Amino acid sequence: MSPEPSSPYALGARVRIVDLKKAGHVRTPIYVREKIGTIDYFCGAFENPEERAYGRVGSGRIPLYRVRVMQRDLWPDYGGADNDSLLLEIYHHWLRPT
Amino acid sequence: MRPDHPEHDHAHPHDHNHAHGPHPTREDDDVVLSYGEARFLALKGLLIGKGIITADEVRRQHEINERGTPHQGARMVAKAWVDPAFKARMLKDAKAAAIELGIEVTEAELMAIENTPTCHNIIVCTLCSCYPRSLLGEPPAWYVSKAYRSRAVREPRKVLREFGLSFPDAVEVRVHDSNADLRYVVLPMRPPGTEAASEAELADLISRDCLVGTALPGRNTVS
Repeated sequence: MSPEPSSPYALGARVRIVDLKKAGHVRTPIYVREKIGTIDYFCGAFENPEERAYGRVGSGRIPLYRVRVMQRDLWPDYGGADNDSLLLEIYHHWLRPT
Repeated sequence: MRPDHPEHDHAHPHDHNHAHGPHPTREDDDVVLSYGEARFLALKGLLIGKGIITADEVRRQHEINERGTPHQGARMVAKAWVDPAFKARMLKDAKAAAIELGIEVTEAELMAIENTPTCHNIIVCTLCSCYPRSLLGEPPAWYVSKAYRSRAVREPRKVLREFGLSFPDAVEVRVHDSNADLRYVVLPMRPPGTEAASEAELADLISRDCLVGTALPGRNTVS
């Protein structure tokens, strides 16, 4: 796996949502892992819930983005329209440039 | 067991020693605590017992949690329909806009998602039951059901049809998974023919489901 980039992504950048295979309070649903999307919105920086959920607060804030994934890219047999999409929030360390 | 009442032929989980006459119509204490409920009660008892929190503080927090009602979200949308400057502020920062209306916001971040003639939005939380409680109150049972949470992202148009909404392919159906730090509310389009309606009358057209994206205002909605 390529190293995690340090600078926030630009709006419209194409990204791959990776599978860190991490246990615990992770907020990246399995159905979007290893899918390609685009950065739609920069939400700001938030404490990492993977740490905060276990009382480890103050470990610093990390960038959070809304990533837009086309439904056709999520589900090969998607039954809706070509332009249908899904947006969800992904933390920086779950993304790689593509 | 009385042979003329075969439905009584089951193992009783309780060991009360009642005579086998008429069965009580309903057990008083027939709800088994889930693991989470038992854990919550144990933790609450410990925290109160050790003097870290008080029972009144817990009760007060329940009151705050239950203060939100869909009317809060409805009047926010009605205001946005009649006041373009407010709408712009709401789309930029929905939390600040809610506070402006005197709504007590408990969420860290709120985001308003605008429906347009070419895009219909629907909200789901696949991982748990994240919901804009300050604006809509507690989520309905269907919102937290596994069926809605899994199907809304997999076959949203089919789910919407089951709610009575159908869109042509030219309209993008956009699903928002509320999976992390933001909470979402849909800003629906103002229905045609409501030009003369007052802000309060407009709010009456906006139901809870309109703000989740599973209904459209003024279409047989119950506010």
